[in-house]
Parts: sequence; C-alpha cells; structure tokens
Amino acid sequence: MIYHDLVIIGGGPAGLSAAVAAKESGLDDILIIERDYVLGGILNQCIHNGFGLHTFKEELTGPEYASRYIAMVKQLEIPYQLNSTVLDINKEKEITVVSSENGLETIKAKAIILAMGCRERPRGALNIPGLRPAGIYTAGTAQRLVNIEGHMVGKEVVILGSGDIGLIMARRMTLEGAKVKVVAELMPYSGGLKRNIVQCLNDFDIPLKLSHTVINIDGKKRVTGITLAEVGPDRKPIPGTEEYYSCDTLLLSCGLIPENELTKQIGASMNPVTSGPMVNDRLETDVEGIFACGNVLHVHDLVDYVSEEAALAGKNAAEYIVNEKAMTDEKETNVIKLKAENGVCYTVPQSIETSTMADKLTVRFRVADVFENRSICVYYDGKRISKKKKRVLAPGEMEQVVLLKTSLEEYPDLKEIVIRTEEES
Amino acid sequence: MDKQICDVLIIGGGVVGCSIARELSKYHCNIILVEKEEDVCSGTSKANSGIVHAGYDAKPGSLKAEFNVKGNARMEELSKELDFEFKRNASMVLCFDLVDLPALEALLERGRANGVSDLSILSGDEVRRLEPNVTDEVIAALYAPTGGIVCPFGLTIAMAENACDNGVKFYFNTEVLAIEKTNDGYIAETNCGTYVTKYIVNAAGVYADKIHNMVSEVKLNIIPRRGEYLLLEKEAGKHVSSTVFQLPGKYGKGVLVTPTVHGNLLIGPTAMDQTDKDLTITTAEGYDEICVKAEKSVKDIPFRQVITSFSGLRSHESGNDFVLGEPKDAEGFFDAAGIESPGLTCAPALGKYLAEMVAKKGRFEENTDFNPRRKGITRVADLSMEEKRKLIQERPEYGTIVCRCENISEGEIVDAITRTLGARSLDGIKRRVRQGMGRCQAGFCTPRTVNILARETGIPLERICKNGTGSELLKEEGYEYDLS
Repeated sequence: MIYHDLVIIGGGPAGLSAAVAAKESGLDDILIIERDYVLGGILNQCIHNGFGLHTFKEELTGPEYASRYIAMVKQLEIPYQLNSTVLDINKEKEITVVSSENGLETIKAKAIILAMGCRERPRGALNIPGLRPAGIYTAGTAQRLVNIEGHMVGKEVVILGSGDIGLIMARRMTLEGAKVKVVAELMPYSGGLKRNIVQCLNDFDIPLKLSHTVINIDGKKRVTGITLAEVGPDRKPIPGTEEYYSCDTLLLSCGLIPENELTKQIGASMNPVTSGPMVNDRLETDVEGIFACGNVLHVHDLVDYVSEEAALAGKNAAEYIVNEKAMTDEKETNVIKLKAENGVCYTVPQSIETSTMADKLTVRFRVADVFENRSICVYYDGKRISKKKKRVLAPGEMEQVVLLKTSLEEYPDLKEIVIRTEEES
Repeated sequence: MDKQICDVLIIGGGVVGCSIARELSKYHCNIILVEKEEDVCSGTSKANSGIVHAGYDAKPGSLKAEFNVKGNARMEELSKELDFEFKRNASMVLCFDLVDLPALEALLERGRANGVSDLSILSGDEVRRLEPNVTDEVIAALYAPTGGIVCPFGLTIAMAENACDNGVKFYFNTEVLAIEKTNDGYIAETNCGTYVTKYIVNAAGVYADKIHNMVSEVKLNIIPRRGEYLLLEKEAGKHVSSTVFQLPGKYGKGVLVTPTVHGNLLIGPTAMDQTDKDLTITTAEGYDEICVKAEKSVKDIPFRQVITSFSGLRSHESGNDFVLGEPKDAEGFFDAAGIESPGLTCAPALGKYLAEMVAKKGRFEENTDFNPRRKGITRVADLSMEEKRKLIQERPEYGTIVCRCENISEGEIVDAITRTLGARSLDGIKRRVRQGMGRCQAGFCTPRTVNILARETGIPLERICKNGTGSELLKEEGYEYDLS
C-alpha cells in the first residue's frame, strides 16, 4: 500500500488546477493520476483559440492553456503519474491503479479529487436508425484523430448536433479540405456557444438546420449518405421533410456525459440531471473527503470556469486534510438545500453548509430552454433576495449567481434557496 | 493463388461452418474453409440473442428439436474445452393471459417430448420471486433451468481457432461464385481462385440457398428474416437474471429480455422478412416495437442506458426446418442450410453430425493427434489482484488500459491480433476482446486501437478497416489546400 495525502484522478484542466490550488494552500503530498501519456486532457486536442479570457485575460489555444497549468504543476513540483488507469476506488479512499510501468498498485489517500471529465454520447445511445458502417465518429474522436494523430477522417461530412465540439469540428474539417455539407440540430436552438456558431459555421457558409435530425444512415461498409428530416415540437420526424445528403462521414456532437463510473463505485449520491455527484459548497460529495470538479461534476461551457471550480475543490481538499480534526468536530452546521426551479435545470453545488462556507460562493447552473427577457431570481425560504435581468438565456451557456456569506448569515434558520427564472412583465 | 486442392471445402465461417471444421479436423483429411468476409463470425453468427435454448420450442421429431437438446447438453463441456463464456442462467416463457395457459401447458409437454429436463410451470408470484422486475401482468411461466447464455463470438471464434490449430486452412475475403460437378467431386470458382475438392459442406448462412442451387435442382429458398436488438449498459445488466421470453399470443411473437454473458442487458429481436441478404439496418419502428413488447414482460427497463442497437439476419428456409446432408441429385455436397434459431445452440451437435456424415462418405480415418483444447485470451479484468500483479510484472502491456469502459489492456488486444486466425479489423478485435463494446462505443479507444492494429500487422494506417475492404476508417490524403 502506498500512502498519499491527496490523490487527484485525472490530469486534465480540472485536475491540474485542483493540484495547483491544493499545493498553494499548503499541501505537499499530492499525486495526479492521468491515463494518457501527457497531462492536459482534452485541451491537447482543442487546437483552436478562445481559451483563457477569464483566467489569463488573453486568448489562448487549448494546448497553450493546458501548458500554463502544466508549467505550474512542474514548477510546484507536484508529482504525477501518466499512462495509469484507476480501476477502483472504495469508501476507505483506497485507489487501485494500473500501469505498465508500475504494475498494479493500491494507494490510500486522505482525500481524493475526482476530475475524470466526460465522454461523448455515441451513435448507439442516440438510436439513429440505419446501417452501421465505418465513418461515424463522435466529434471529439474525430478531433483527436485529426489534431493529435494527424489523420483525416473523411471528405464529405454531415454533422449531427450543434454542441461546441461539433461546431469547432465543422470549421476544422473545412480547413482540412473536407466539405461540411450541413450541421443538423434536433432542438430548435443550438447547444453550443453563440460565438462558435458565428465563427465556425456562418463564417464558412455551413448551413445549420435547427429542428432536424438524422433518420437513416446508408452504406454497408463506409457511410455513403444520410437522410435528414425536420422534427416537430415532439422531436419526432415529420413525414415528407426527408432530405438525402451523400457523404462519407457523419460526426456526432450530441451531448457529453460525465464519466462517473468510479464515483458510483465509491457509492456517492448522484444527481440525475447533471449525471455528476451531489456536492456541497466545498464541492465535496456525500462521501467525506471525496471532492469533484470539472466536467465530471457537470458539463461546463468554458474551461476557465472549470479551472476556477477545480481550484476551489483543490483548496477545500487541502483544508480538509490539514484541518481534518477540526472539521469533524465542527459538525454542528446548518445545511441549506439549493433548488432549481422554473427553467433552471440544476444547481452546482446542491447544498451549502454555513459553518464552512466561504465568504463568496458561485452557484452555477444551466437553463432548460432559450428564454428571452427573463430574470434570474434567488429566493431564501420563499423570500426573493435578488433578481437579475437577462435579455437572452440559452442552455448552451452556463449561468451563475454569487451568494455572499454575510447575506446568508442574516437568515440563521434558512433551509432552502431556490434559483429560478421569471418572465419580465 | 490459382488452384487449391482439398478433400473437404467448407463454405462459410459462421458458427455452423466453424463447428463442422473443428469436428472434421478429428479425422485425417485435407480441409479448407472459405469465408467471403474478412473474419469468421461475420454474418448471422455475430448478431443474435446468444441464447442456449433449453429445447421446448421446436416440434418433436424435427431436426431443430433433436439438435437443440443435444447441443444444449454439449455446451458446458465444450465451453471448458474451448475456453469461451457460457452460463446456465435458466430461461422462462411468460404467459400474460388465462386463455393462453393451455398453450403454455402444451409448450411444457412439447419440451418433455423433446427430452428437456426439469421443466416446470410457475405461478405469477413464483416468477416474480425469481425475477422481481417481471410485470404484474404475468400470470404464469414455463421455467427451464437448462436454458443458458453464450457469447456467440466466443463460441464461433473458439471453434475456428481450434479447427485451425488442428490443421484446417481458412481463406477469408473468398466468395464462391460458381460450383461445377466433376467425376470425383467439385470445382468451386471463387473471386480468389479455384478450389478442387472431393466434398463440399454448404454452411453459407443466408446465402446457403444460392450455394445449394448451384449444384442441385431441388431448390432451396432462404429468406433473410431481420431481427433488431437493443443492448444496454452493464449497469442495467442485472435487471433480470434469467432469459425472459414471451409466450406467443394475440399480440404476436414476443421479444426476449436477457442478461448477456458479459453482464449487459439485451432486448429483442423483431422479425421482418426481406430480400436483401446483407442489409442489417435498424429502424425507428423496430426500436419502438422492442420497447413496447419488452415492457410487457419486464418493468422499469432503463432505456436511457441503451448503448447500441443492431440487427441480424436469420436464415429462414421455407420448409421451416434445418436442411442437412446430401441433396438427392448432388452426391458429396452436404447442406447445413436454414440454420435459424435455435441454430447457435445446435451448432456443436450439428457440426458433429455433419462431420461424421462427411467422414463416413470419405472413409476418413480418425486423427489421433487431434487436440480438443484451446486457450482463450487472458482477460485482465477477470483475474484476481495477485494474478493481475503477476501478469503485469511479466507482461507490462497488460498494464496499459486501452478500452477504459471495459478495462481492456493492450496485451489483450495484441493477443487478439497475433493469435491463431488473429483479428485484422476493429470489429475483429471487438469480437475477440470486447474493446469498444462499452458505454462510449469506442469513442476513446479507436485512435489507439487503430495504431496497435497497424503496428502489429504492418497494415498501413489508411487501410485499417472497421470490417474489411471498403470500411477504411481514415482517408488517405489529409491536406488539400487550393493555393491558386
């Protein structure tokens, strides 16, 4: 058995930022476990720009953004282990990890930060009818093949789903010489950032067909074409609207799913909306000493927010280890539940423990639909505390409200905070 | 390759062809198996329910009934000999309506007449005690403890590897185009040259009628009957523990809900006749039908956890039974045609039966060097901690996890490629070690597997295929800038 104070599962943007923050909070014995052969996670394949505007006040590419954090990790001499896969974690915080170099190891940690990121929804989970030929890729897999491995995956491309990776790949494939014929989106609005629709589709004259889906895939060996159809409000295809596109490739950008198989093994409670674990204001799951941050917790739109959130998890995990005794003594705390309502899908965190709460807490969430002229309202036990007008709200963009400890202290018996959208009259 | 000469030419590398090949390798004779796809187990054998039927379904006296019971009995021993996954998980046929009870009783009697042991009829409550997720609509069920589940790839590939190790030659991407009768045998023309043989075994699945009709005037007609399936994540795999069938009733033929040997949940199949012999499409209608029918048997199926849907083609012969042996007008030509459900279960017994028939005809002597054993691929995930530790110490490539959903190591993938009849495509690897069969459906591991396959086989990257020529994964030319 190997012992470490803090083990961070995942060396992507969340894991790196958590490690840096933990170290800066005074913790020395940290280990990052990463399954790939480099640190940086999915950022390494995101060679486009647009990263870091919040964190570094400048526009970076994904690998540049990652390299800044990797440099910090190296400068702070935080140990990391590459090419290593975690097979199992239990409630006693024993981690089974395997690699060619070190074989099978068991590590016992005082605290764990889960930062495993997410995966893409595959074709099978989308139930797209038709044949099952080569040439169907999730957008992220194609991105890796093109940007990291240096292979072209297709020449004539249709993209289903207007998530950010799909939009980015529409531009990327075009720049690599492919013809991107259309991007189809099941919903009446895009799931991606507005800026990506402008910069990746409009600037390249790639049509975006909202309320459309793929109803058939053709090609016995390699994709030869797909059929699109318009969908009604029930999201079912409308007969007579079918349109055939010949193509050799279908890219799918139809949602990301947090990779929480290890989290479930531990036995942490899960949130069915985010598909991530339930966490309190310290980003701690309901298994004490196990924290979560980044896309494993909920899917983010900007990496900057991942870094910010992960830094909080890192800091809190360090404090947990350093003050372990003090924290457990201080269990007399008021637990406030956070509730999402009326157009707000979820909140992260889902609860606040006032005794340990920081002075300022950022609560993040997404909305369920595209809304115009609404406000985001915060209620303390039924009493409206704040109201912020928003001209447009969209599910593709993450929203946030900031709660102040001083404000909460004015309500010592507070049980529930509700965050909801309300129509502007 | 112009001309190959052999004693027996087996056409088709599905579960039946491979079983016959293995059984025939127990005799001294020169055997060649030709398969039109790039790997064994590429047609009907790769897309089916994976059920080892107990044997109560087929009409007493039919070939299906005879071989089902024999095949079921042989499966356990065979799974140990050949190291493939098999589990006797029991099966039940659910009855939803009092008026159907006589039909359930008749099924019990039919099973007993076929020689199926330990059959009984359970009340609805007894069923729900065994399977708590069975719906309240169920009033009774036929219970068959001898029912089981098998990995159809595992079974087929194991028999093929063992046959190959015992001297059978396999030729892939080889399609029989014409067969000519000679004085002492047959000449088969293929896209890859000529095969001169004394005997032919026709195990061509949905194409068995085409092959048969090349030599016989007693025509066969095989209708591809498509069946669609949904496969759910392992998290849903314990939703039922036995294989749950439905008694055909006024709502038509039902679907089954079953765990797979690997712990997923499998639901299906539909049944749709078609003319195209390799159009394995899935449809929106099929999906809906499966969901509606399955929910009649089992409640709260987590359809959100579907990770893939697929379809397979049953080779249904108009006569409704297996067609085995020599047609009257084609001596030395042996059919194994019309092998539909319970064909997978029957395959071990069918292989033995046909091999004996061919051996008798050819007066082949027993091959005393025959080795019945085959060792499967070592699965790191199935080993104990100590065994894992030891293996990785000796073979570090077993410590590199390539497929994170199924925890498949590089060592397993290399084994799948480099062993007897090794995989030459992504699907081939998938059928051998389950790489890419998990919840992400090869999203993360595809780039790595492609590289390993290219490295181990020397096949250039741009020619690495999903499943044979035409299914290349990457495009040759990357950059095409117009600099004008």
